[in-house]
Amino acid sequence: MHLEVSHLETLEAEAIHVIREVVGELERPALLFSGGKDSAVLLHLALKALQPQKLPFPVLHIDTGQNFDEVIAFRDATVGKLGVRLVIGRVQDSIDRKTVPDEGEFAPRNRHQSVTLLEAIEENKFDALFGGARRDEEKARAKERFFSHRDSFGQWDPRRQRPELWHLFNSKKSPGEHFRVFPLSNWTELDIWKYIEQEEIALPPIYFAHEREVVERNSMLVAVTKYTPAKQGEEVKKAVVRYRTVGDTTCTAAVSSSANSISEIIAETATSRISERGATRVDDKFSEAAMEDRKKEGYF
Amino acid sequence: MELLRLATAGSVDDGKSTLIGRLLYDSKSIFEDQLEAIERTSEARGDQYVNLALLTDGLRAEREQGITIDVAYRYFATPRRTFIIADTPGHIQHTRNMVTGASTADLVLIIVDARHGVVEQTRRHALLASLLRIPHLVLCVNKMDLVDFEEKVFNEIKSDFRDYAARLEIPDLTVIPISALNGDNVVDRSKDMSWYEGSPLLRHLEEVHIASDRNLIDVRFPIQLVIRPISDDHHRDYRGYAGQVAGGVIDVGDEVIVLPSGFKTRITGIDGPNGPIEQAIPPQSVVIRLEDDLDISRGDMICRPHNRPHSGQDLSAMLCWLAEDGLQVGKKYSLKHTTRQARAMVTSLQYRLDVNTSHRDREAETLSLNEIGRVDLRCTVPLFYDEYRRNRTTGSFILVDEATNVTVAAGMALLPPNP
Repeated sequence: MHLEVSHLETLEAEAIHVIREVVGELERPALLFSGGKDSAVLLHLALKALQPQKLPFPVLHIDTGQNFDEVIAFRDATVGKLGVRLVIGRVQDSIDRKTVPDEGEFAPRNRHQSVTLLEAIEENKFDALFGGARRDEEKARAKERFFSHRDSFGQWDPRRQRPELWHLFNSKKSPGEHFRVFPLSNWTELDIWKYIEQEEIALPPIYFAHEREVVERNSMLVAVTKYTPAKQGEEVKKAVVRYRTVGDTTCTAAVSSSANSISEIIAETATSRISERGATRVDDKFSEAAMEDRKKEGYF
Repeated sequence: MELLRLATAGSVDDGKSTLIGRLLYDSKSIFEDQLEAIERTSEARGDQYVNLALLTDGLRAEREQGITIDVAYRYFATPRRTFIIADTPGHIQHTRNMVTGASTADLVLIIVDARHGVVEQTRRHALLASLLRIPHLVLCVNKMDLVDFEEKVFNEIKSDFRDYAARLEIPDLTVIPISALNGDNVVDRSKDMSWYEGSPLLRHLEEVHIASDRNLIDVRFPIQLVIRPISDDHHRDYRGYAGQVAGGVIDVGDEVIVLPSGFKTRITGIDGPNGPIEQAIPPQSVVIRLEDDLDISRGDMICRPHNRPHSGQDLSAMLCWLAEDGLQVGKKYSLKHTTRQARAMVTSLQYRLDVNTSHRDREAETLSLNEIGRVDLRCTVPLFYDEYRRNRTTGSFILVDEATNVTVAAGMALLPPNP
């Protein structure tokens, strides 16, 4: 009789429990799927939680239109292979509706995703959105609940969060309100990679070392793409890089790395001295409370 | 590798944040960019030292006011174990936050200042730890450097605390003399306290035996979902019951009953996340298949025929009040227990417990924010529950205000009331 449950098994069981609670208590959930590693793990867990039943809810992607081609290809291949329904909310549609200002094709759209996301929630009447956010990522996220309540404006009020005890989640809400649900709350970056290795979860190729044209900007390596061209005076160089997080091209930077396999990535992650978001997220650097402010507006 | 969930209690003045910072820093769980960020902020605020509290105080209001508002979660790992720290603020909303952070904890760290010893707050934290049945308590006597590493000071505090703890239910108590600022007995053994023969804190956290804390005796399986892939040709006949094992060791072939129907049947299969398994234990999330096609739904419970939980619409419980609007005896609240929903009202408040003195006020008429009391409740449907001290999963429940949808109370079931 083997009675020890490993820490990864405990986290997996916790995440599955959370996913099943949502399916048991809410009516119209959806799973936020960006093609990034955390959402790939989340989708994998959702399928496991309900197997052999098919996923009874769609996945939702908020598309800024400025994503890496490899990630969009991965997204489409994944939903095709798994037979999952994909709902796309496009920031461009919000611009056309004039709910998001038109700042030109090349202006960063990362922050505007909140508007498009809330519009998609309203249009599809979603009452719970699974997200892959983890508490170890960022200090505002360290205060998040598993079941995080959003008012009818989609706002997060960090000072009035419901206390969350044991694993008893309060899913009560008024019409028009919704929950963001974070089954991976207690996972760390390293846990995610170990799980990806154990479960052989597929990822977009840009997570692995590859050669690409980059410029160095604020001591980060920014890929030279259509939406992020080199600025005047910046030197474009070829470098071997990979991505630790995947947002769209305007908000994510690469790290210098030759890690080509999951095990090499795990080894690198275990010894890294810079946090995942610190190394790669252009969008967190505006101020100390950048994430908190975006979250209050309805961000992921 | 096992996961240990620990909660910390104490105020900033006791050096709690410094201790957490030390654990994170010495286990290399603070990243350079995070450290640089708090160094910058500490300097800007005019702090004399790198304020490690800034690592956990993530919200704007917390930084501006220099206080911790809410429970923050931190993560670290050593080669032996992984750890989740629920860091609970000492002053603001103390009871509510500690109860929240400690509800899932395997171990609680209570920190005292060696110069002040056991104070009112220490006793309050110990009482709450006991009430929440956290199996392991570690009292860290901090700032030993400020009392010249005197063994006598440590022994007095230790015996003071033991005297108090003897009146509580604390199955495992360890007392460690430390200096968080210098790192004495945190990760490495202190050179200045050779008289201390126990383990340094981190070693203790790595080695404390937690596998037996689970209840592996009473089989309890609250059903979350019925898995029935009717639209799928391959699995047309599949019918399984999904849930997380809340107690006991469940084997394929076991004879079980399903509550509330009371039907007897047998387990024909258990499906884990990676396919069929022979046995399931807490806290695994699995799907159970049964021999007979029964009418079973979310909120029902599977257990063994000769080991059933208490069942009834009336229960007694300790209630910790978490909301600004106080308890109203006779008002209807929404109740969630395991996967079961009910409506409930408190029929009587037996007493209010003073968490500082343990005094029971039998004249009390309400419970306000942060107050704890013993109540009797009546529910619209029967609950299948255990005494909280026997099973923290099947013995706990929450109350939700039906108008505001806010979680207003945490409940811990006692033995059923006398009929």
